[in-house]
Amino acid sequence: MKERKSLRPEGLVQVRAASARPDPTLNREIQTKIGQQLRAIYDDIVDQGVPDRFADLLRNLDSPVANGHAGNGHAGNGKTAGKDSGE
Amino acid sequence: MSRDPSGRASSRDDASVREAMLAAVPSLRAFAISLSANVDRADDLVQETLLRAWSNLDSFEPGTNMSAWLFTILRNLFRSEYRKRRREVPDSDGTYADSMKTQPEQSSRVEFEEFREALGKLPSDQREALVLVGASGFSYEEAAEICGCAVGTIKSRVNRARTRLAELLAIESIEDLGPDRELRAVFSGGGN
Repeated sequence: MKERKSLRPEGLVQVRAASARPDPTLNREIQTKIGQQLRAIYDDIVDQGVPDRFADLLRNLDSPVANGHAGNGHAGNGKTAGKDSGE
Repeated sequence: MSRDPSGRASSRDDASVREAMLAAVPSLRAFAISLSANVDRADDLVQETLLRAWSNLDSFEPGTNMSAWLFTILRNLFRSEYRKRRREVPDSDGTYADSMKTQPEQSSRVEFEEFREALGKLPSDQREALVLVGASGFSYEEAAEICGCAVGTIKSRVNRARTRLAELLAIESIEDLGPDRELRAVFSGGGN
């Protein structure tokens, strides 16, 4: 059952070329399918929406970031400080 | 004109930034899962991305693509983390295939399994380019910026990814179902 090696009778060079560039019709068909399946997998995750942890996280970012190591980015942030809502 | 030219956006703009970030979360997660091959790690990556973005809002140019900016941060975080954890190879078939198994019922499950497996066999730079352009909807130019490389590099990665996937999928079909394309069409649901 080792038929695969003789997919093409033209010889080794042709086989190599065929594997780099398959039958154009088949190729187009497969490329369409690749695009659809890729998007289907991706969109399936996108459709899960925003998990609560991220909604919560972003809500809590409302106050100036309490991000220990990068505090200097907020020097002179008077406007946000004025809107302290005490969350 | 609520922007403070000397630095940070006003709190009103902060609200719209937060909304833009929130809107980007679903696709950030999808991208992170495609990179990390692990849903939990992907979500941690997204969280870290949001925190990092928020504390570096100054470096975001208003009017530019917020989503692309976030993707860039996420990718860089993943890359630096990945360098630290070399021993974990996210490209191994099983891990990657499992991570994408969040799928509900699909009409052609076998095909999706095959596809996931094939996707997992791609080198990560090719997979990432393919996902950005083919699923996230970024242009080649945007994808190049996100990956920090030339547009031509992205194009060739996407092309190589597509060619490789086509090979993997075609070969699998032939192996599984024989060389007869009509027969293959029957098995895959009788065509489109």
